Amino acid sequence: MSTVAYITARGLLGRRRVLLLLPLPVLLVGLALICRAYDVPARQWGQPVVVGLGLAVMLPVIALIVGTAVLGSEVDDGTIVHILTKPLPRRDIIFAKLLVAAGVTTVTTAVPLFITGVLADSVRFGLALVAGAAVGALAYTALFLLLSLLTRRPVLLGLVYILVWEGLLGRFMTGTRVLSIQQYVIAITDKLAPTDMMAGKVSIPVAIVMSIVFAFGGTLYAINRLGSFSMAGETS
Amino acid sequence: MTATSLTAPTKGTTVSVVELQNVSRWYGNVVAVNDISMSLQPGVTGLLGPNGAGKTTVLHMMAGFLSPSRGSVTIDGSPTWRNPGIYRHLGLVAEREAVHGFLTAREFVTACAKMQKLPDPAAAAARALAMVEMTDAQDRRIETFSKGMRQRTRVAGALVHEPRVLLLDEPFNGMDPRQRMHMMQLLHTLGEQGHTILFSSHILEEVEQLSGLVQVIVAGRLAASGDYRRIRRLMTNRPHVFAVQSSDDRRLAVALIAEKSVSGVEIETTGLTVRASDYGSFTRALPRIALGEGIRLRKLLPSDESLESVFSYLLEA
Repeated sequence: MSTVAYITARGLLGRRRVLLLLPLPVLLVGLALICRAYDVPARQWGQPVVVGLGLAVMLPVIALIVGTAVLGSEVDDGTIVHILTKPLPRRDIIFAKLLVAAGVTTVTTAVPLFITGVLADSVRFGLALVAGAAVGALAYTALFLLLSLLTRRPVLLGLVYILVWEGLLGRFMTGTRVLSIQQYVIAITDKLAPTDMMAGKVSIPVAIVMSIVFAFGGTLYAINRLGSFSMAGETS
Repeated sequence: MTATSLTAPTKGTTVSVVELQNVSRWYGNVVAVNDISMSLQPGVTGLLGPNGAGKTTVLHMMAGFLSPSRGSVTIDGSPTWRNPGIYRHLGLVAEREAVHGFLTAREFVTACAKMQKLPDPAAAAARALAMVEMTDAQDRRIETFSKGMRQRTRVAGALVHEPRVLLLDEPFNGMDPRQRMHMMQLLHTLGEQGHTILFSSHILEEVEQLSGLVQVIVAGRLAASGDYRRIRRLMTNRPHVFAVQSSDDRRLAVALIAEKSVSGVEIETTGLTVRASDYGSFTRALPRIALGEGIRLRKLLPSDESLESVFSYLLEA
């Protein structure tokens, strides 16, 4: 498992793709710093920056980039064969990939969210955002990793989930929020550090149970799909 | 290090048999492989067929990367589909040449050894890289390699655990003649040591040089199986062609045309071309006739026993 995680991490962090992870965190912290520098009250910028940019855009987009890269890029270029032709339980391969994806996403998003949370409110709020980001990173990457095994266009489907399901439908159709990871992150963060910036639209039990469903369900299904991984012949 | 440093699979283990029983594979309405049964024994076997015949589909089913729509594919009795345990004894060199380019050859092969849970991954990797003559370039990133070097690195990765069964899909692609020769020698040695090796190719010369045993797939069906020279001899509906040279070609031609098993004789400047309807009868009759006529035979060569002839006959059939 450690070798798979090592190859995955090298592949993820050693390429230019890693540069894609930087702009959004820099933008998030930059905006927060500018607002603080100009003494703009946190109640004016906190909600749009922390929730609108941090939780609704940065967290899912980084999870999408990372979650689809850890397995999807290997499936696309065929290098996954070198890992699959080893006597490793498929469970171990998925766990290793998920560990790297969730870890990188958590680190990349939790640090700027913590800084922004401290600038907007308090250390407690910053830590609550870190916890929310960790839960969100796990649920999102499990979902996007699964998508990379279900479809050849995981990034497109992931964007549809983030922009259409969570971003658009989540605003107008309350029922869709039950299947929105963004809403779970908001609910958990708000529970840990209540502020007027967050307005949890799903209950805490729903947020916790559904986060587990996304993370475990996605992982179990991904293990099953990887076990049936098929290779189409190019000449047959 | 050369191919002689390889370990025979019989060291503490047994040889492996790959078996396909009534295997079919279809994609929607398209039948890619149709009711194929074959058994691969230790040694080198060539999987032959024109492009699109179903070779890669068969290899992928053997390697556990495709489920048969019908029938069973097993290695030593264990199904290959959804059974990662088979990779302890199986190595695969797929046709797609993708390798983790950001790793060096040594890192890649060592990672393969670690994932195989070998006791000394570094030593196993060094041995495998030496086998394919990649020791000098082992610390270069794979993305800087030529096609042939990548191919050899992939072979090293597939061989690092000394698998009893090795499947290779078009393994000589991109190799220069010297590398090709070395790879052939390596596979030949592995086969002699008791490894079960199957390689696909559409280049008849490669198969002819490497292996007498062939599995010929045409349009998804197994057209022939076994030693190709023997297959040729079993094609009794096609006359066998022999090149004959003797001390008196004209007199020998007259004598041969009276022989029942001979269907035609052509006299050429370099000797005779004899068409025989029955391989066995002709080869027994020729020395008797020559002796009776007092003619000395200088050359007797079956001229259509090449794999190319066998293959073209099978394609026409």
